[in-house]
Amino acid sequence: MTSPDRFDARPEVLRLEGVSLWLSGREILHDVGFSLRAGELTGLIGSNGAGKTTIFRVILGLETPSSGRVLFAGHPRPHRNRLIGYVPQSIGLDPDVPLRARDLVALGIDGDRFGIPLPSRGRRRLVDDMLEAVDAQAFADTRVGKLSGGELQRSLIAHALISQPRLLLLDEPLASLDIRSEQEVVGLLARIAREQQIAVLISAHEMNPLLPVMDRVVYVASGRAASGSTEEVVREDVLSALYGHHVDVLHLQDRILVVAGKDEGHHLELEREQHALPPRGLG
Amino acid sequence: MFAGFMVHAWVVATMVAVVAGVVGFFTVLRGSAFVAHAVPQAGFAGAAGASLIGISTFAGLGTFAVVSALAIGMLGKRGRHDAVTALALVFMLGLGALFLSWSEEYASAIYALLFGEVLGVSTNQVLATAVLGVVCISAVVILYRPLLLSSVMPEAAEARGVRSHRMEMYFLVVVALVTTMSVPVVGALLMFSLMVGAPGAARSFTDKPLGALGLSVGISVAIVWIAIAASYETDWPVGFFVGVLGAVFFVTGRGWAAWRRSGAGRVERARQPATGPMRFTTATGMNTEPT
Ligand SMILES: Nc1ncnc2c1ncn2[C@@H]1O[C@H](COP(=O)(O)OP(=O)(O)OP(=O)(O)O)[C@@H](O)[C@H]1O
Ligand SMILES: [Mg+2]
Repeated sequence: MTSPDRFDARPEVLRLEGVSLWLSGREILHDVGFSLRAGELTGLIGSNGAGKTTIFRVILGLETPSSGRVLFAGHPRPHRNRLIGYVPQSIGLDPDVPLRARDLVALGIDGDRFGIPLPSRGRRRLVDDMLEAVDAQAFADTRVGKLSGGELQRSLIAHALISQPRLLLLDEPLASLDIRSEQEVVGLLARIAREQQIAVLISAHEMNPLLPVMDRVVYVASGRAASGSTEEVVREDVLSALYGHHVDVLHLQDRILVVAGKDEGHHLELEREQHALPPRGLG
Repeated sequence: MFAGFMVHAWVVATMVAVVAGVVGFFTVLRGSAFVAHAVPQAGFAGAAGASLIGISTFAGLGTFAVVSALAIGMLGKRGRHDAVTALALVFMLGLGALFLSWSEEYASAIYALLFGEVLGVSTNQVLATAVLGVVCISAVVILYRPLLLSSVMPEAAEARGVRSHRMEMYFLVVVALVTTMSVPVVGALLMFSLMVGAPGAARSFTDKPLGALGLSVGISVAIVWIAIAASYETDWPVGFFVGVLGAVFFVTGRGWAAWRRSGAGRVERARQPATGPMRFTTATGMNTEPT
């Protein structure tokens, strides 16, 4: 797909170095390291409880690593940062909240500042332009609680983007979307990454929807991570080492199937075949 | 109806209505209606206790309201605090009942604390109410944006450096201050009606946050004015009218929203064909076209 050299030409926006995190006596993250570059779209892939949201919280500075470093363009992360746009995992919205999509987007400009913002033509144009960029004009004046999953996701992306961040973090933006909305959102995010040269990190438990546009993958399993291009990471040897037990990687046409569950019924079939294969090095 | 002692009543009640409408907007937005019920009960217990030992009921009311609000905020630090709020509510009601049983001679004063005494407001009270009102409104104006953001999307607010728990504590203190200024006028039981009924109704009428805030104030003032006038004419308690009108506005709002939804639904369907399929061309050359 793309050679590693092309990655290195792009400026690095974020780097995690050997990040470990202990919470309530448990090691949630262990030696996690990867970097994100401008204009690149990276998938943060892992099953439930793997540590995806925790990695976002570390990047946002909401959790302090027990060891390791988080470097923002080569510097320690500044305390409060508009340079990171964040779309949280499944925000539970009260359907009666008197807030339109455009208000949600406007809160992204300076929602952390004190005072009531004075309505101005500049602000309105900024919001309108952002809504247009994510194709959200049609529902700009709709109450957020009434938006469909895809519409809400696009509004949230606009909210996160309007402060012109260098890094955009999206926690499971594709969850609860149908295939059509999924493709729309993925296409939109890829376009944003390329056109605005933003580093985009998208978490998902399923990598297939991201495959066509993903430049890199960070694969997470029980707090450990492996990163690189899809070809480098999504391989039986790498993922088996990550999971600590054998994992099958099956290519079905354009899709990749990772069978990692030790005790899943369908896995028994595959495990018998495994004995016929030559042993693989872990690493 | 507008002469002499009534002037104070109109002025104080209007101030209370405005502030309750403003703070109530955030109370409903944050799903803190229950807190707006518990804190006034604590204020009531404080006032009853203060009158028992012969100090200013206003001071007892304010102290208990602030302390209980802070306690609810501290104990409910981890996420939802409805259990802690309920506990504070019953604890304070019990305390209020005890003080009440010890001070039978003050029964009419206690009744006023529960149901309000809008027609017997003194000049001192006008001043105290005005000062607290200005403090509350200023606090809401200053906190407006971060409070709105952390009410709607706490995780996104945290990511922007807005500490959700700090916002919660500020907000609870504001609720305690509103309680202190409102309870002597509309009473502990009926303050709730202004703080929840008016903003709850307002958000059915408009989708805009500032519009809903303004409408919440408007409805709250309307409730209080109509209640005072009706009470003056009929001699029935002000509290009765405040409670009934709060419910009437809320139900009217719901009805309006339902009616508008059915109308809007038709518009939505008519609009559908105009929105064509979207097309994104990405740098990888992938062309996704939803079918
Ligand atoms: N504050 C905390 N204290 C203790 N354990 C925690 C804390 N936060 C998260 N964890 C644990 O860390 C692990 C990783 O959680 P995390 O939310 O990062 O997973 P995730 O990959 O985002 O999962 P999902 O796909 O379900 O969202 C889980 O086992 C979770 O229980
Ligand atoms: Mg998660």
